[in-house]
Amino acid sequence: MSKTITLAPVTRIEGHAKITIQLDDNNDVIDARFHVNEFRGFEKFTEGRLLWEMPGITSRICGICPASHLLTSAKAGDDILAVEIPETAEKLRRLLTLAQWLQSHALSFFHLSAPDFLLGFDSNPATRNVFGLIAADKEFTKRGIRLRKYGQEIIEILGGRRIHTPWTVPGGVREPLDPTKKDYMLGWIPEAKETVGLALDALKKIHKKYAKEIPEFGNFRSLLVGLVSKDGGLEYYDGLLRIKDGNGNTIADKLDPRKYFEYFGEAVEPWSYLKFPYYKPLDYPDGMYRVGPLARVNICDYIETPMAEAERKVFKALSGNVGVVNNSFYYHYARCIEMLFAVEKIEMLLKDPALLGTNIRAQASVNRPEGVGCTEAPRGVLFHHYKVNKDGVILKANLIIATAQNNIAMNRTVRQIAAHFIDGKKGKITEGILNRVEAGIRCYDPCLSCSTHALGQMPLHIELVSASGEVLDEVQR
Amino acid sequence: MKPRVATAWLGGCSGCHMSFLDLDERLIELADKIDLVYSPIADVKEFPENVDVTLVEGAVTNSENEELAHIIRKNSRLVVAFGDCATTGNVTAMRNPFKLEDVEKRAYIELADKNPRIPDEYVTIAQLLNIAHPLHEIIKVDVWLHGCPPTADQIWFTVNELLQGKIPVLPPVYLRYG
Ligand code: SF4
Repeated sequence: MSKTITLAPVTRIEGHAKITIQLDDNNDVIDARFHVNEFRGFEKFTEGRLLWEMPGITSRICGICPASHLLTSAKAGDDILAVEIPETAEKLRRLLTLAQWLQSHALSFFHLSAPDFLLGFDSNPATRNVFGLIAADKEFTKRGIRLRKYGQEIIEILGGRRIHTPWTVPGGVREPLDPTKKDYMLGWIPEAKETVGLALDALKKIHKKYAKEIPEFGNFRSLLVGLVSKDGGLEYYDGLLRIKDGNGNTIADKLDPRKYFEYFGEAVEPWSYLKFPYYKPLDYPDGMYRVGPLARVNICDYIETPMAEAERKVFKALSGNVGVVNNSFYYHYARCIEMLFAVEKIEMLLKDPALLGTNIRAQASVNRPEGVGCTEAPRGVLFHHYKVNKDGVILKANLIIATAQNNIAMNRTVRQIAAHFIDGKKGKITEGILNRVEAGIRCYDPCLSCSTHALGQMPLHIELVSASGEVLDEVQR
Repeated sequence: MKPRVATAWLGGCSGCHMSFLDLDERLIELADKIDLVYSPIADVKEFPENVDVTLVEGAVTNSENEELAHIIRKNSRLVVAFGDCATTGNVTAMRNPFKLEDVEKRAYIELADKNPRIPDEYVTIAQLLNIAHPLHEIIKVDVWLHGCPPTADQIWFTVNELLQGKIPVLPPVYLRYG
């Protein structure tokens, strides 16, 4: 007779995610599941809408990374119009992508993870949030708030509003950059660089402080998937897919993202609304892969900006002789490196005269019956795939979202932590398991609003339930 | 005692909450004025009792949203429909013209390569309602805050009025959807 431990609900996401841990006859952990609890149905209700509406509608999938959906949708539109967008439009879109990375990574680090790092995993849950952080260290928190603000302000300058701007469209963008705003954006660069430096310093202290615990946070080999530029550099807007295995071997390279469906499939489990994408040649669930900062910084050959490149080398040294850094805790580190890259690259783009061009939109009608858009969202590679009729009315839509692609790995992380820390024989859940499961999932910065909604950290309610339904133990905070 | 403020997240995209965070440095000012007693950006698990103001983002789409909405009403003096999804259903309600089963089939059967089936282990996941409802169809709402999302300025105005014990009368510039 097997038993189940339920960790429910994962409350900083308001009960929309839940964790159960299955014990076997010997009360050993045999499985663990991260359940996602919400579904909104964009892949159906966009049928019948116009291609030109899709960026605005799909942006509403997620308020944390709306610009990523906006851009990816517009790129699927470019593909259907069969146009190459003007140089200025591409550069402006790149700037938007980086601003989106910056604000989202800053949110993940300062507003959501820093309360744990700086107040402590065991600090009072009533104040373990950004307001508690303000009380504890006003200056540091203010810096983080301002870094996110910088990203959001760039989005607002480009698109007229911070959240759900309608600025990016199939064929390009709607408005050129107002040249009077350029110096203002450049003026932020020194502060932004300094703030990312503060984040990196704080994180390195955490690496020391939790040196013993870090090896238990989702430390396993998996495939790593992301875009790289034509010559193998870190890429965020337009590139080719590269896949490395957990030993650092490149098992596929230069794959066309428009053919994503040849490489990746999606599995369903009855216990989660979040699907389980997998790499087809290895089948489900062995085709587990990770996307996002950890994957991107691992698989690229170099980063084009100097400070981020120097930090990437320090990161890579953590891999020892394996070739890639497999520990999910270092998602945080990779995220900070990407913030540094974003700031440096924003500076480069702002100094590029082509950014101020006024040829910003290619006009065309529907020239292909289907199209795929792909960009690197803050949490990983994102695909939008549309089929349309001759008037551009959507017949079918498929969306493969970054967080879903980490789903198998997040489940594996929970299982690893549970197997290590839960003693099923005692029928007891220790307080320590709460911290560790929480921190393990949080490494992925799961943006469940993309498929559901979930934000930030996850205090837990854990139940240890026997097969007959008897609650053996219960812990919550 | 500082006013006890909560924010909750039902069927929405979190954009309304992100707009709340767009208060930027004003968050620091707000930290002095309120106790944030429950929120997706905080760690408290149970919706507390005796809350002065609760901002609710999102439409009511599943059994858990519905349960939480009733608890929120019971425990809050004032409930604010926070953004267009809570106010009208908005994008979340775009599924309503379709049969729920067809919406689920598209995602979990047509677009699945392995184990195509509709998730139905309702012990661990919430059951979807046939349609997504605006908040006022489920509980009484006291204040409506339009916008997808409402802007940070609009949120700031509304919260400040509420903190002074006034029901905000939004100036015309804030009365817009989308
Ligand atoms: S109103 Fe708009 S921003 Fe707010 S949750 Fe709904 S879709 Fe998101």
